Amino acid sequence: MSLTLEQVRRVAHLARIEISDVEAHRTLGHLNEIFALIEEMQAVDTQGIGPMAHAQDVAQRLRADLVTESDQLAQRAAFQAIAPETEGGLYLVPKVIE
Amino acid sequence: MKQWEVVIGIETHAQLSTQAKIFSGSSTAFGSAPNVQANAVDIALPGVLPVLNKGAVVCAIRFGLAVGAEIARHSVFARKNYFYPDLPKGYQISQYEWPVVLGGQLAIQVGESEKTVSLTRAHLEEDAGKSLHEGLGPHFRECSGIDLNRAGTPLLEIVTEPDMRSSAEAVAYARALHALVRWIGICDGNMQEGSFRCDANVSVRPVGQPHFGTRREIKNLNSFRFMQQAIDYEVQWQIATLEDGGSIEQATVLFDPVSGETRAMRSKEDAHDYRYFPDPDLLPLAIDRSWVEQIRAQLPELPTAKRERLIADYGLSAYDARVLTSSLELVGYYEATVATAGQANAKSCANWVMVDLAARLNKEDREIGESPVSAEQLGGLIARIGDGTISTNIARKVFDFLWNGEGSSADEIIARQGLQQISDSSSLEMLLDELLAANPAMVAEFRAGKEKAFNALIGQVMKATRGQANPQRVSDLLRKKLG
Repeated sequence: MSLTLEQVRRVAHLARIEISDVEAHRTLGHLNEIFALIEEMQAVDTQGIGPMAHAQDVAQRLRADLVTESDQLAQRAAFQAIAPETEGGLYLVPKVIE
Repeated sequence: MKQWEVVIGIETHAQLSTQAKIFSGSSTAFGSAPNVQANAVDIALPGVLPVLNKGAVVCAIRFGLAVGAEIARHSVFARKNYFYPDLPKGYQISQYEWPVVLGGQLAIQVGESEKTVSLTRAHLEEDAGKSLHEGLGPHFRECSGIDLNRAGTPLLEIVTEPDMRSSAEAVAYARALHALVRWIGICDGNMQEGSFRCDANVSVRPVGQPHFGTRREIKNLNSFRFMQQAIDYEVQWQIATLEDGGSIEQATVLFDPVSGETRAMRSKEDAHDYRYFPDPDLLPLAIDRSWVEQIRAQLPELPTAKRERLIADYGLSAYDARVLTSSLELVGYYEATVATAGQANAKSCANWVMVDLAARLNKEDREIGESPVSAEQLGGLIARIGDGTISTNIARKVFDFLWNGEGSSADEIIARQGLQQISDSSSLEMLLDELLAANPAMVAEFRAGKEKAFNALIGQVMKATRGQANPQRVSDLLRKKLG
């Protein structure tokens, strides 16, 4: 299986990554090499082996249901000091309307 | 003319009643100043790692057990990728191929008939933040404001099969689900605050057609009334469109409560290409069976089982049992009332709770938990009706005293106010003799065959005793005297 240039552009758009034609071609080559590698791996017999959702075969540790944050007003001030624009405690972004 | 069949499936987002967020230690409380409940994880600063809140998993398992679902042994969190300013990570942590809850069923009641709705799954996910488009400073002409307090609030998304065939069934399902999540204490069900919101997938097909029609999804229905209106409008719109020779395009629509219409949202072509993949920041969740059993042991008796027991043990009608089990608080109050009044008065307790108490609470816009009359006080009152100490009419007076806090118990009020029923024959007979002597006209009318005169005489006795005479006893004695 190999990708088309159109698919590369579409994936880039979905990820909001701007790519030039040259980059698109180069990326297509890279991705197709990865697909070739995957195809090679497909030859391995995986019958009866469950898929892993994570590279490490360990289970998630859980946190107790406790509020551990305090003085978030000060924290907000620190976060918003590096935000491009804020007002009344809100982060401002270009207008979004559905 | 063609007959159409309506097909509805529902997705519900229930906000889970945890203290902290699903992946961070921020508070989930509603109504704080903007962004004060958003820490580094919630606003997605680089380098942060999510850590799963055990409380949210417990809620999901409780729900799964309550609907008879399979609880996954192994569950995985996935990234759902899309760009929106109230989602600072650029993805929502959700679940895709391996949700916590698989299958399950919920019984619903539509009019007199029962029906079972099958659930597909229920999965954990985080909520997004909120975008505000108006109402603040001058910048808001070109800008939207982002409040991330809600970002990371735990949600359980509950998905049904396309099992419902009318807006009435859809609303009955939503109500049953709403009652259940509150019953098992996993969601406060506050629809105004967005703690319980439904999306309805609606399609129509000619009766007999095996495959489903194209569906449109009505988003964010936050009241049962709107759900009914939105589905009814959508159904007639789809039928009208098809009958005019048009076709239905798959779309997401919003309901406008003002116009009563549904309208397609402008949707980007890529909107549904979420490119889910397992979140490498979170390890798979292992749910061992002993933990599940421990959670099962802590579940309250479920509504269906409770209803059956009320009918079997207390001889209540199916209707009464259903009304009383509309919430865990209400049925708890009822059972505590019976515990004091005695099982023999169980039916009377049901009437008092459902009629007298409910009317009073309703009038003052109070919840059962805010009743000034405790279950023990009401039970004590009903016991005194049951043993003939007071009549139902006098009991209503005593109830008023209790409601107004003028007395600690029915017994105390009855004694203080001298409200005991007069059942003693000799004093009643004396009273009757006086009355008959004073009302010869009525006596003559009764003897002439007018039953009305008899009732008027009883009325006189009740008036003379300020309602305290035992009406049955008075009636018996009077018949004897006149007969």
